[in-house]
Amino acid sequence: MAAEEVLTPTSYISHHLKFLAEPIVSGSAGMGGFWTIHVDSLVMSVLLGFVGIGLIWLVGRTATAGVPNKRQAFVELLFDFVDEQVRGIFHGDPNKFVAPAALTVFLWVLLMNATAFLPIDLTTKAIHAVGPEKFRLTPTADINTTFALALSVWLLMIYFSIKVKGLGGWIHELFCTPFGSNPLLWLFNFLFNLVELVSKPLSHALRLFGNLYAGEIIFLLLWLWAATGLVGTVGGAVLGLGWAIFHLLIVPLQAYIFMMLTIVYISMAHESH
Amino acid sequence: MNINLTLFAQGITFFAFIWFTVKFVWPPILAAIEERRTTIANGLAAADKGARSLEDAQVKITAILEDARGQARSILAQAQTRANGLVDEARTGATQERERILQSAQAEIDQQINRARDELRGQVAAITVAGAEKILAREIDPRAHQDLLDKLAAQI
Repeated sequence: MAAEEVLTPTSYISHHLKFLAEPIVSGSAGMGGFWTIHVDSLVMSVLLGFVGIGLIWLVGRTATAGVPNKRQAFVELLFDFVDEQVRGIFHGDPNKFVAPAALTVFLWVLLMNATAFLPIDLTTKAIHAVGPEKFRLTPTADINTTFALALSVWLLMIYFSIKVKGLGGWIHELFCTPFGSNPLLWLFNFLFNLVELVSKPLSHALRLFGNLYAGEIIFLLLWLWAATGLVGTVGGAVLGLGWAIFHLLIVPLQAYIFMMLTIVYISMAHESH
Repeated sequence: MNINLTLFAQGITFFAFIWFTVKFVWPPILAAIEERRTTIANGLAAADKGARSLEDAQVKITAILEDARGQARSILAQAQTRANGLVDEARTGATQERERILQSAQAEIDQQINRARDELRGQVAAITVAGAEKILAREIDPRAHQDLLDKLAAQI
């Protein structure tokens, strides 16, 4: 935190909610506009992706069909968990795409969510010592990340819809389901499907973002209280512990929900109405 | 909360991670698990087969045992019959032998008796002749009275 600034609750919270934003193009379109990149979100997510997926990749490379060691057993537990979820929803060969994609989503989102447990003041201070003044640790509390994931899943959904049913089949489905193929109903069908198409990525992205963002803010409010004196410190610590324990539930749950919705959306794309 | 280029960067990252997982992470783990499943399935099948062949062997063993028991029983019966036969045979043989020995002994005895009788007869004839000589106090020509003597001897 910058020492010269007067520390007010607003400045504390807004400080922690600012991204490490880098403009890609200079000029008026740069700072704050579309041509900006949140370096912190990107660095954290890529780092966590490498850590999570890299670890199971390393385990998978030496995976043996014999008696597994504990690392492999853990990875297999994760694998089986995802595989089971996929098999319950998706009726095709899940190993070709859906199951590995679900594993990627689950693992990645779980790790990104789990950064919410890092002590935010200490870590940002440490990062500040190395360079950037603003650095947000939780990429899933960045709406860009959650929308990126949700829209990627949305694109996959459309891709598989067209791949399985053909472009004509997909368009036919847009206009002729769910009410029927009567030309009078085309408009209603299309509007209905449009709402569905729009609402899917919105709810997918906003659910994850909202949970993590709210969690982050509640932590910040508790740490604000902790700065008010002895009572606040003790109270903030106790409530912080409580919220962290509750967050232990939210973090995997949101990762799980995100994965399940991914599987459901991609599975629905494979099925004709 | 503005949407910016991060969206696309994250999207690309996401696709890259998915691609990597699909290509490199999922298959080896799947292969290991599938292989283990196959091994376990084979092992279970082998155990099943083993149990079934054990049952078969048990049945075979019972049959063989039954067979052997039957054979032993028949062998015992045969041996019993044989022994009985042998004993009977021996008994018959011995009886016959005894009869034979008895008969030959009897024959010998008869023979001896006859011989003794013949001898005695001769002697009696001689004694008779001697007696008659003494009574008549004269020589009797045994030749002249041979027929008489023979008749006498035959009468004794």
